This record gives sequence, C-alpha cells and structure tokens, in this order.
Amino acid sequence: MLKYNDKLLMLVFTILVLTGPIILAPFGAGYPDLLQRFVIFGILAVGYNILFGLTGYLSFGHAAFLGVGSYSTVWMFKLLTMNIIPGIILAIIMSGLFALLIGFITLRRSGIYFSILTLAFAQMSYSLAYSVLTPITNGETGLQIRLADARILDAKNDSGSLPSTNLFGLEMNDTWRTTFMGMDLQFNVGFYVSAFILIAVFYLSIRIFRSPFGLMLRAVKTNQNRLMYTGINTKPYTLAAFVISGMYAGLAGALLASMDPLAGAERMQWTESGSIVLMVILGGASTLLGPVLGAGVIKYFEAIFSRINDNVLHEWFDILPGFLETFMVWIVHPFVGKGWSLTLGAVFMIIVIFLPGGLMEGANRIGKRFVKLKRGSADNAKTPAE
Amino acid sequence: MDAIFLQVLNGLDKGSAYALIALGLTLIFGTLGVVNFAHGALFMLGAFCAVVTRKILTLSQITLDPERTNFLGKPLEIKTAYVELWWGDVGTWMIDYSVLLSIGFAIPVMAIIGIVMERGLIKHFYHRPHADQILMTFGLAIVLQEIIKAFFGANPIPQSAPDAMGGAMDIGILFGFAEYAVIYPYWRLVYFVFAAVVIGGVFAFLRFTTFGMVVRAGMVDRETVGLLGIDIDRRFTIMFGLAAAVTGVAGVMYTPILPPNYHMGMDFLVLCFVVVVVGGMGSLPGAVLAGFMLGMLESFSSMNEVKAVIPGIDQIIIYLVAMVVLLVRPRGLMGKAGMMED
Amino acid sequence: MGILEVQNVNKHFGGLHALNNVNLDVKKGSVHAIIGPNGAGKSTFLNCLIGKLAPDTGSVMFQGKPVLGQKPHQINQMGISRVFQTPEIFTDLTVFENVMIPCFAHRDGSFVLNAWKKVKGETGIREQAEQMLLDVNMQDKLHMNAASLSRGDKRRLELAMCLAQDPKLLLLDEPTAGMARADTNATIDLLKHISETRGITKVIIEHDMHVVFSLADTISVLAQGAIIAEGLPEDIKGHPKVREAYLGEAEV
Repeated sequence: MLKYNDKLLMLVFTILVLTGPIILAPFGAGYPDLLQRFVIFGILAVGYNILFGLTGYLSFGHAAFLGVGSYSTVWMFKLLTMNIIPGIILAIIMSGLFALLIGFITLRRSGIYFSILTLAFAQMSYSLAYSVLTPITNGETGLQIRLADARILDAKNDSGSLPSTNLFGLEMNDTWRTTFMGMDLQFNVGFYVSAFILIAVFYLSIRIFRSPFGLMLRAVKTNQNRLMYTGINTKPYTLAAFVISGMYAGLAGALLASMDPLAGAERMQWTESGSIVLMVILGGASTLLGPVLGAGVIKYFEAIFSRINDNVLHEWFDILPGFLETFMVWIVHPFVGKGWSLTLGAVFMIIVIFLPGGLMEGANRIGKRFVKLKRGSADNAKTPAE
Repeated sequence: MDAIFLQVLNGLDKGSAYALIALGLTLIFGTLGVVNFAHGALFMLGAFCAVVTRKILTLSQITLDPERTNFLGKPLEIKTAYVELWWGDVGTWMIDYSVLLSIGFAIPVMAIIGIVMERGLIKHFYHRPHADQILMTFGLAIVLQEIIKAFFGANPIPQSAPDAMGGAMDIGILFGFAEYAVIYPYWRLVYFVFAAVVIGGVFAFLRFTTFGMVVRAGMVDRETVGLLGIDIDRRFTIMFGLAAAVTGVAGVMYTPILPPNYHMGMDFLVLCFVVVVVGGMGSLPGAVLAGFMLGMLESFSSMNEVKAVIPGIDQIIIYLVAMVVLLVRPRGLMGKAGMMED
Repeated sequence: MGILEVQNVNKHFGGLHALNNVNLDVKKGSVHAIIGPNGAGKSTFLNCLIGKLAPDTGSVMFQGKPVLGQKPHQINQMGISRVFQTPEIFTDLTVFENVMIPCFAHRDGSFVLNAWKKVKGETGIREQAEQMLLDVNMQDKLHMNAASLSRGDKRRLELAMCLAQDPKLLLLDEPTAGMARADTNATIDLLKHISETRGITKVIIEHDMHVVFSLADTISVLAQGAIIAEGLPEDIKGHPKVREAYLGEAEV
C-alpha cells in the first residue's frame, strides 16, 4: 500500500472526480442526482473506512450519524439561512458530539459486542427520531423547510415558493447543460460543492492513513494487547477514530440535506448502516480508494437496476425462443426493479465469501497475475544467459 | 392493580417470543461461536411456513353459480377448498387449525433449512474473523427476506387462530379481580404455554440426553471434546437444525398475534441480540430470563401512566436497559465470568 | 533498595493458592531469574507485575512507586516491558512498523493525536527503529510482513520492540522456549550483549537451566506458589529443596 505514490493518487483522484459528469455520461450516470449521490456516499464510505478499515471495529450504527447530520442541517435551513455552510458546520459538530457519547459507551467492548452495541444504539436513535423526539424530527413525515420558517439571516422571502439551498448565492440545483459529441453533459453546482469536499476529506484520510495516529490504529486491529503492553492507551485512539468517522458521516448527512432539504428517520435505520458497511467491504476495506469505488458501484447499480422492469427484460432476452425468454425473465425479475435489495444481499454474501478484500483486492490479484506472467517470461529469457 | 396484572400478561407473549428466538441464538453462539445475523430471518421463515400451509390447505376448486351474479353481472364464483371437498368436516377442521398443523410442516422444513445453512455457508466461517461471520449472515438475512418479499409481497398476511382458541377470556375473574377488568386473548395464553413447553423441552434435551451432554461439553471446550474422538461437528450441525426449528415454530405460533411480513425477522433480530447480551452471551437460562424480563418491561413502559411521565419510553426502554447492564455488569445477568469482559 | 520490590503477594484461583506470600527484591542492573517446575506460578507472577492480573493482597513497588492498580499501558510507561512466551507482535504490519510503534510510545507517551504528521517524516523515530533492528541483526528483514517471520525471528523482533522503549526493567517469559540449541545460544549471546551495553534490569522466567546459569546473577526458585530458595547461581545448584522440587523435572 505504501508503494503507491500518494501525490499521483491524489492527482488522479481529483481529476476523476471533477470530470465525473463527463466520464460517467456515456454510462447513463451523468445526471446531477446520481452524481451527487456518488460523491456524498463516497464521503460517508471514506469516513467509515477510517474506523473499520484501520481499527477493524465493525460499527453497525453509522446511519445514526448520517441522520444527525441531516437533521442538524435542515434545522439550520429553518432557523438561520439557506446557505449550506452553517448547516454543514453544525452537522459536523453535532455528529461529532453524538459519536463521542456513543463511542465512549460502546468502545468499552470490542469485537462482536461492539457491533451489537452500536446496532442497539442506532436502533434506539431511529426510534427516538421516529417517534419520541417528534418535536425535533417531525417524526414519520420527516423534517422539511417551510415558507413560515424564521431564517433570520436571509432576506425576506416574498416569492411564495420555497427558497433553495445555496452557497453564498450559488444555488445547489443550478445546472449548466451542454451537448458534446451527442452526449448530454450536466454540470451541477451541488455536485461540484460536494466533489470539492470529497477531495478535501479524501486528502485528510490519506494523511490519517500515513500518520503515526493511523499506524496506531492499524496496530489496534492486529494486536490490541501488544499495544497496551507497549504503553499505548488504546481507548482514546479508537475513540478518536470513531468520532472522526462519525463526523464524516455527519458531513455526508449534511450534504444530503443540502441537495434536498429534508431529513427523515428512515435514513437512520440499521439496514442503512449495513449498506454503508457493504460499500466499504465491496470496494475494499483499509484501502484508500476502495470505499469510494464501492460507494460508486453500489449507487450506480442501484440506480440502473431499479430502473429495469419486465419490458426491458423482455427486450434483452428477445433473441431467445419464447419459453426460454419467459424463463429468463422469470429468473432475473426478482433481482431487478424493486428487487434491488436482493441483488445487494447476494453481492454482499459473494464478496464476503470469495473476496473479503473487495474489488481492490480483486484488482490487485489480477494485477499480480499479470506481473507474474510478465516476470515469468523475463526470467525465462534470462536463464540461458546465466 | 388489575392494570399491572394485565401488563404482566401482555409482557408474557412478547417475552415468550423473545425468549424463544434468543434461545436459538444462544444455542448457535454457544455451540458454534457464530454470531448469526440471519437468525431473525429464521423466525420470519417459520412464520411464512404457516402462511404456506394455509395456502395449500385453502387451495380451492372454483365453481360458477349461474343463479347468482357478482357486481359486474357475471356468474358468481364459489370457492371451495379441496380438503373440504374431499374430507368434508375434517377438511374444515384442518383449515381452522392450520396454524397448529403448520408446526408439523415447519419443524422438518426449518430443520433442513438450518442444516443446509450450516453445512453450506456457516461451516466455512468458523475460522474467519467474527466481522466476516456477521457480514455474511447479514447478507444472508437480506437475501432471505427479499426472496420472501418477491414471493409473498410486501404487505402483512393476516393469519387467524383456530376458532376455539380465538377470542378473549376474562382471566381477571380467576384471580379475584372485577369482571371485565382483565381481558386477555386466548391465543396469547396458548403461545405462552407453548413457549414454556418448548423451552422446557430444549433444556430437558440438553440436560438428560447423551447428545445434550456432549453438546454442553462442547460449549465449554470444543477442542477437548473433539480430541475425545466425538464427532462434535456433526452434533453441532444437528444443533443448528434444532435451533432453526425452535426459532421457526416460534414464528409459526406468532402469526395470529402479528401478521407475518417480510421484515419481521429484522425487527425482532436487533431486540433479540439485546436480549442475549442482557441475559449473558452463551447462557441459555440467561436468554430465557432476559427474554421474559424485557418483554414485561416493554409492556409496562407502554402503560399510559408511564408514558405520561416519560413520553416514548416504551420505544427505547430495552436499549436503555441493555446499555446499563453492559456498563454495570458486562457479562450480562447470567453470563459466565470472563465472557464478554474483554 | 531494589528497583522492583514485591511484598507478600497472594493470588487465589478458586481453591488454588497460585501465589503464596511471594517476596522478591530485584537489584538495579541485575539479571534475576525465576525458576520452578510447571504450574509453580511463574507466569501468574509475571502477569501480576504487568497489570494483566490483580493479586488478592500484597504490594509491588517499582522505583518506589506502586504498580498495582495501574493499567497495563501505565505500567509500561513507568518503564516495565515484557517479552511474552508466545511472541506478541503486530502480525499485519511490517517488521519496521512493529519497531516504530514502541519508539513512538516512548517519545509521545500513551496517547497523542498526531493525525496530520507523516510517519515518513519522522526521521528520528525511523533512525531509532533501524538502529534497533540492526542491534538484533534483522536489518535485512525491514520490510517483511511480521506474520511471515520464522518463530525465532518473531522472538527477536519482540525483544527489539521491548528494547526500543529503553525500558528500566525487562521481563522475559521463557525467551528460549521451543528453540533449537543453536538459536538458544544465539539468544543467550544477544541477551548478554544487551546486558553489557545497556545495563537494563531483567527478570527472566526460564525452564532451561543452561540459559539460567549462563545469564542470571540471582535466582529465585518458585514452587507451588511460594519462593522456596533464593541466592547466587552456585548456591541454588546444590540446594536440597530445589532438588526436591525439581525431582524428575530437569537436570540441575
């Protein structure tokens, strides 16, 4: 892992992210809504990886921080201003505090007990948001902005329509469209705001990975006992990692709310936490690029698969004879459209069983085989000369 | 007073379900050392065994009655279940008692599902990190619930208790309360008795059979028992089947109380993990005790008098208790020393 | 006044009296060996010293400060390091990283949030770690994964990790267990070398009498949880009680 040149990695990453709307357009993923999701869930996954990838602590509660972030941001939209900055700052602070509290309690245990505790905490937060704290969260309906909200920093809104989120006047849903070589390209403000944030927090995560702090976290994962007998107090290290990754999640929640100013309890459900884990695992836990890749792949296929219906399937299998066509459609049908979750679960199992290192490990394996083939032939060439 | 008595009763049926699921969860954790996130799915599959049984029993022949018409003016369709056609009253009785009959269907089906799960998937994860076990079984849980959703749809499918056990009784009179003070549905009593019998059965099985003795020994020290030349792996497979069957029938019997839906497994799973942790990881009596305790606690906290003081407490009470228990007594109520204290 | 003073330490496991009024006085700069048959309580004793176990009664003073009741990392920061019977190393990290961690622990203490600095930029730490690996003759294995080391190398690595902290007291739990003769001798030489160059106080638990008599200045004999004899190696060799305790155990 250390062999990669970090500057090069950073450069390539930045270029890829910023040119996202162009690169992804041919794959039918070049529209703002999906692009924003790529980037925001990328932030979430990068943050989760700081906890899970480095320390090995498997949290099933990160959706709670996502929710806290969204609620905080929407409240800022209601009270202060539609500018996203105060919302983002409050979201990071709130989720950090929340993570500090939860982490302080749950990190007293490790392994499966930690997982179960975070699960219980997340479920409790969900219940709180769904019913108990209705005055703050607006319960089942979810928290939304209204015309009557105070927004004390904004100019009086007489337009009669809901204001939109902005960054010092730049509206998040502004999109500049153009056609290039027959492709419809959409450059969206919200996407670019999120993209710059992703690049910044990705850089931060590289720094953490390469720092003495990161080294200690990796040591926690491999042998916590040794670390204690080496004079290191492991608890503040794991707690710091937990809080940092919680703040990443809060930031992601804030951005979700900034793109679409509402926050609902369903964002905090533990199956959501599960899907965060899945993104990281799929891409490759404890690699730098893996989590972003995983988040992208999952959000992409979620968008594509959910759109496929039986008509599309019949088109695909049109060349087959009638009964085979019907059969294939019948087989594939449960996996697409509303059945996307089934595919997700199946992919999850397959990855954990066959490729625990995720896509990055798969790429590495292929790469190694390739190198070996090359080196093998080079060695053969050398032997006679010696 | 009668209100408290009623809440005790209300806690019983939920507590029974918690206890049964937690029992299966603990059996699997204790014997195989695997944290099974797919355990809730087993409960859900059990419930759907009841749905399938009823569907099969009510497969109907459709005849047209030309004398009567439906609202579209077409001849009225009359559905008669085949079992009723063939066996008359016996058939009607079978449909009425389909919940109980489906136990006979669920036990073998669930045991086989459990055994296949263990042999096909979980076996390969004994030596993998716990995180991998959790993730794999989590994936499996999603797959199972989505398959059920694909076949049965997303809406709950109400099931009825047999007529004789439907309705409610005035149980308060038996205990000296006023008339109509404590009304309690029959079926919940049935569920409690059933749970007690199953739990008793499992304990007796582990206590008094050689098989159970070996399994208990294996829970303490798997390697040593293996060295004695006992094929502990095969016994653990059977144990997994047993745990699946116990959880499955718990699901079957719960259908008249809660109409089965595809995500009921996940809903129960989290609570049952909490139950297991509170009871003490790996302790069977602890799981049962904590199951009933938390069931009661939940029903008490849903009393209006309590909710008036702390609104919404019924939603979070279980988690709060779990946290307090873990902080004060990490090994749980009846857990062994050293377990979970790291 | 010794650097480590143990007074009246008792430890029960259920009905078993694992440590029975153990007293020990380790002099600064000496090599103090604790020997005894299997089950004598040697490992229990070490575990009490590093905070893994809490004795029922008694006191342990290190440089005049109490050790009992402190957390393992605090005890370590006081200057006590331990080499375990089965090497405890960071198997997922490289050899170099393994040694850097104790260097950081020595410099920065038990916790510091240095998430922005780069490990690569820590020149001082890197030089220190390299020097340490040179001292134990592992400079050629710098970037190997610690998991792929041989058993002997793992032990040497663990020793290097403990030494990297520049401890005042080094506890060694059977440092040569399961080693071939040649490796054992190499380890003895290494430990002797360390004693000569660094003068760290050591407490060694050992089965192998060859090792004990080559290294120790003082020997305490532990049997059934109690110290039955203590003295110079020559005295212990002929001690009747020791012979009795070891009957059939090992050649003394």
